[in-house]
Amino acid sequence: MPEQLKPRVNDFVVKFANVNGSGSASANGLFARAILRMGVPVAARNIFPSNIQGLPTWYEVRVTEEGHLGRRGGVDLMVAMNPQTWDRDVAEIEAGGVLFYDSTKPLPASKFRDDVAVVGVPLTAMCNARYQVARERQLFKNTVYVGALAALLGIERKVVEELLAEDFAGRQRLIDANIEALGLGFDYVREQLKPLKLQVRRADKVGERIYVEGNAAAALGAVYGGATVCAWYPITPSTSLAEAFTGYCQQLRTDPETGQARYAIIQGEDEIASIGIVVGAGWNGARAFTATSGPGVSLMTEFIGLSYFAEIPAVIFDVQRGGPSTGMPTRTQQADILAAAYASHGDTKHPLLLPCDPGECFEMGALAFDLADRLQTTIFVMLDLDIGMNEWLTEPFKWDDARRLDRGKVMTAQELEAGRDFGRYLDVDGDGIPYRTYPGTHPSLGAYFTRGTSRNPYARYSEEGSVYVGNMERLLRKFETAKALVPAPILRKARRKTPDGVLYFGSTTAAMQEALDALEGQGRHLDAMRVRGFPFADEVYAFIAAHERVFLVEQNRDAQLKTLIVTEGGVDPAKLVSVLHYDGTPITARFIAGEIATLISVAPVIEAAE
Amino acid sequence: MTYITKPQLHHPALAKNALGYTRRDYEGRVSTLCAGCGHDSISAAIIQAVYELELPPHRIAKLSGIGCSSKTPDYFLGHSHGFNTVHGRMPSVLTGANLANRDLIYLGVSGDGDSASIGLGQFAHAMRRGVNMLYIVENNGVYGLTKGQFSATSDKGSKSKRGVVNHDAGIDLVSMALTLGATFVARSFSGDKDQLTPLIRAGLMHQGAAFIDCLSPCVQFNNHAGSTKSFDYVREHNEAVNRLDVITPRAPIHVDYAPGETVQVAQHDGSVLSLHKLAELYDPSDRAAALGFLQAKQALGEIVTGLLYIDPSAGDLHEALNTVETPLNALAEPELVPGAAALEAINASLR
Repeated sequence: MPEQLKPRVNDFVVKFANVNGSGSASANGLFARAILRMGVPVAARNIFPSNIQGLPTWYEVRVTEEGHLGRRGGVDLMVAMNPQTWDRDVAEIEAGGVLFYDSTKPLPASKFRDDVAVVGVPLTAMCNARYQVARERQLFKNTVYVGALAALLGIERKVVEELLAEDFAGRQRLIDANIEALGLGFDYVREQLKPLKLQVRRADKVGERIYVEGNAAAALGAVYGGATVCAWYPITPSTSLAEAFTGYCQQLRTDPETGQARYAIIQGEDEIASIGIVVGAGWNGARAFTATSGPGVSLMTEFIGLSYFAEIPAVIFDVQRGGPSTGMPTRTQQADILAAAYASHGDTKHPLLLPCDPGECFEMGALAFDLADRLQTTIFVMLDLDIGMNEWLTEPFKWDDARRLDRGKVMTAQELEAGRDFGRYLDVDGDGIPYRTYPGTHPSLGAYFTRGTSRNPYARYSEEGSVYVGNMERLLRKFETAKALVPAPILRKARRKTPDGVLYFGSTTAAMQEALDALEGQGRHLDAMRVRGFPFADEVYAFIAAHERVFLVEQNRDAQLKTLIVTEGGVDPAKLVSVLHYDGTPITARFIAGEIATLISVAPVIEAAE
Repeated sequence: MTYITKPQLHHPALAKNALGYTRRDYEGRVSTLCAGCGHDSISAAIIQAVYELELPPHRIAKLSGIGCSSKTPDYFLGHSHGFNTVHGRMPSVLTGANLANRDLIYLGVSGDGDSASIGLGQFAHAMRRGVNMLYIVENNGVYGLTKGQFSATSDKGSKSKRGVVNHDAGIDLVSMALTLGATFVARSFSGDKDQLTPLIRAGLMHQGAAFIDCLSPCVQFNNHAGSTKSFDYVREHNEAVNRLDVITPRAPIHVDYAPGETVQVAQHDGSVLSLHKLAELYDPSDRAAALGFLQAKQALGEIVTGLLYIDPSAGDLHEALNTVETPLNALAEPELVPGAAALEAINASLR
């Protein structure tokens, strides 16, 4: 079998093929973090089934000194630990790549490839010799292969040992046992094999960045955004958001003197109750949120409409996945855009915030609560499984201690007492946003009966058509106000003047940046704009107007963002060329660059204009 | 109808409670329900109860779902914030409101369609969580606003106005509330204000999940022969187990029942419930016995009313969650936002 073709330092993809529930996740995470500790950026992703034990699961680590955090596509080193998926795992390795496997049992030559280097370590045999208990044999096998890989790839042994000591701090027996298992694998390779041509070399490219999941970041954003009530129902991939909020609240929101909680978290009986609790708390002046995914949004839509019409602040973190409910719960998509933007019956629309990584999950997670109070409506923060459930390298979280929570327009007892006119649905400032009062504010002033519609600006019952229309138009004015409040789009100009533009958003961002670089290297120049919020800023439409052709990259089948852009802004749909990726895996730079290159080359008219 | 406005002027001789409010100050808009509707009697009992309890009207929040019963919060406590929410979902909205501000008194008003059909799940979960509230179901066994369909509390074998016989078993919300852990469970009848008003007073004062199933005949669609929710049927089959008086420190009531027939129950807030026994041997502190009694009487076609179960030392959801005394909606930046230094420590732990 040939050696792999050329040496690669700090630029390759390792994929672990494991069995769910075998304890591989922590070992694989250890592998990725060890590389980070050596100052080399990684982009790591779980590809896992909707299952607790037994089904195949993969973990992909892209080692990237250049700092490309999107998924690249392709595999240079396959750690094939799952016999069930052996054939497809072996087939996925790039020509010239490496196959690492447990060589305890001999496999026929037909199970290997001629163009792939093979490294066998008898992991099972080593573990059976060393450990007596079956569970130990299984668990330590993971640490043993991390040790072997460290030796093969040039990962510093001491770095891995330090991480183990941190992870098991206070449990010396576990630290010792893991360090021993690590050594088993490491020493075996040192004695029996030679290092691969794929090598990790210490660098200084990580800097101050942190490594965190989007769900945890969004939860922390909710803490900093002043959320006090969380109601949620377990649903992959959003569950860890509510759980992280619980953890951060215990840590950061417990009254130091009394031990009492400055928060209330309810695991609802379903998503309907969860959003109901959020709406009730928002009505009563607390900042409240729920975390869910597409199927949950479907169940919540009646309440989302009530929030829109009755003008009650609410925040929904929608961690998107493939549809439907019995669909692809553990696969990523950006397929709830329309469901969220237009959720509910009647004429409704809702602001969306579109974070691209955990750093923005934190920022937008906090911002959402200010916007919900300011706009008195439901704000969606649209994560997806790729951002939410994978750890990403991201800029450190920042907070300005001078920042104040914007509680929006709330009329106080003093203002009511002073004779200020209070109409719950009265547009006093021309921005479409009325004042509200919290229940219990004043003994005789400011109380009102909350209904969806069927009421006049003073919240008194009315079914008059003109009153209804007046209210609906005010709600549109309010939506217009929202335009300037949601995060502005970010423009990346091409080096050369170009008739081509590309729009993208959310978790596509990292892959898009890399694809733009690659396309530029091929002489294909595109101006790029990242959309970060709905309602769309005027700049988005100006960008479309300024280009002859605009690609729109999305991770769904139906080009949902395109539909929204076309509908809301009256754009000619023919001008927007969709690049769509929706197989449930995170989009790759290779895919985007390949699609756009093809689309450009088959459109000679525009090529000629270049 | 709503275009009729109530006169704002009060007779100067109207009696005032200790807070200086007249009974009229606790009223709402003019009811839009049918003349003779049982629900209006319940609204009147609520007004009377809150007046007698001397509660500032704005410290009560009233929430409802959808249906005839759920329209009523507009017709009482006009100085209280009210929320006409979503069909069957009042319990979750009330739960959220309660979490946001534990200092208000929460009154949930619902109907049998709202609570026993579409909202059965939310009814159940609000009870089992022990949300501090009084939850009244105005139970008429029929969908009034959509003109006469059976509801889930219609008894099996009862007849609709059009002569259709109900073949589904009726849901007994009282038994459910008992099973689910409600800590104050009562049943009453809109036609018996003397029984109902003290029950509402006691329920509003109860610290925990209080539930009153109030039979409230629908004069339009469910008040005919063959109905088990008509005025005549309920009067004939009403089996009251006790009469209740609520004694608050501010408004002592002299009770003149003979000794031995009266049980005194002290609630958390200092109020005392004085229960006058009508059914010998009925013990409202025994949840299991209450269930058995209900089942036995129900089999005989009798409608048991009164305070059926009370746990005077009940806790509520806030106690379970160990939330701070200050209402969550009144916490400000220093209590809520951990600040830049704490964030830096978190950053450090993520490297």
